[in-house]
Amino acid sequence: MKIDSGDYVLDYDESSDKVQIIGSLRLNGLEEYAPVLDVLRECLTSTTAMTVDLSKLEFLNSSGIAMLSKFIIEARSKDDLSLTLLGSSKVPWQGKSLKNLQRLYPALKLIID
Amino acid sequence: MTDFNEVIGHFSDLRNCLTQGEYLHLGFQPNSSPLKERWRNNGLSADFMADYVTTFFPKSAEDPNSETRQIEIKSAVSFIANELLENAMKYSDPSLKKAISISLILEETRIVIIESNAAKTVQARHYRDFVQKLEQSDPMQMYLEQLEAKALDDSSSGLGFLTMLNDYDAKLAWQFQSSEEQGIITVSTEVSLPI
Repeated sequence: MKIDSGDYVLDYDESSDKVQIIGSLRLNGLEEYAPVLDVLRECLTSTTAMTVDLSKLEFLNSSGIAMLSKFIIEARSKDDLSLTLLGSSKVPWQGKSLKNLQRLYPALKLIID
Repeated sequence: MTDFNEVIGHFSDLRNCLTQGEYLHLGFQPNSSPLKERWRNNGLSADFMADYVTTFFPKSAEDPNSETRQIEIKSAVSFIANELLENAMKYSDPSLKKAISISLILEETRIVIIESNAAKTVQARHYRDFVQKLEQSDPMQMYLEQLEAKALDDSSSGLGFLTMLNDYDAKLAWQFQSSEEQGIITVSTEVSLPI
């Protein structure tokens, strides 16, 4: 399934249990982020091995970081889950801020290429 | 509730200093448009300010680090300006009919971004109490605590400031000034980004 909002595109590939987000996320609060979180949750409930690809997410505001954290905390409580987060060293905010999510969930696999 | 004047942190307020280097100043007068429509202007303005700054950090074939430096600074200014404008838009009171302003000053060793808006005294006090707590806390510990807490509710958490402190090595300062009008405080937030 796909969400195309203009500023960002979210693509959930059910066959590979992968959610990719491309573009720029500057939504106002958890309420506006609900559609994004809902897709992440949908993938989480349907698999034990999930990938979230943020490598082409050029901008994420602090509400977005909060939303991601909320998702990570929910994922952390799921047994037998392998969660991989993909980032890019070419996108400066990712090298700085994604590693904090590993502090929340040490078993998170973070790959920043 | 009485008005108050207070400074927290090292508030340099370079806006009125005429010997400064490059300086960009934007002002936004709130009108009756709904927040949802005005929200997109935060990103537009932040990206404009970030792009503007890159003029002073050009890429050079002789300096292999110059491209990385430009991208890093652009990303940092964009994030910080966006957070400041989002906060101003969320927490300033359009009924006060006072402008939101944001200034960017380029110094030799830092970029300073100062955002100002008007707030009712009770809201300004609430913000002041939060930043006092921020000043007294370990930023990474508070950051992780806030991330855990956000999982449970959607209350404002200062996550933007904590991200600036932890991930961007920024320094923060605040000024609260009573205005000519009783019950209204001018709240200024200053973010200093080392370069």
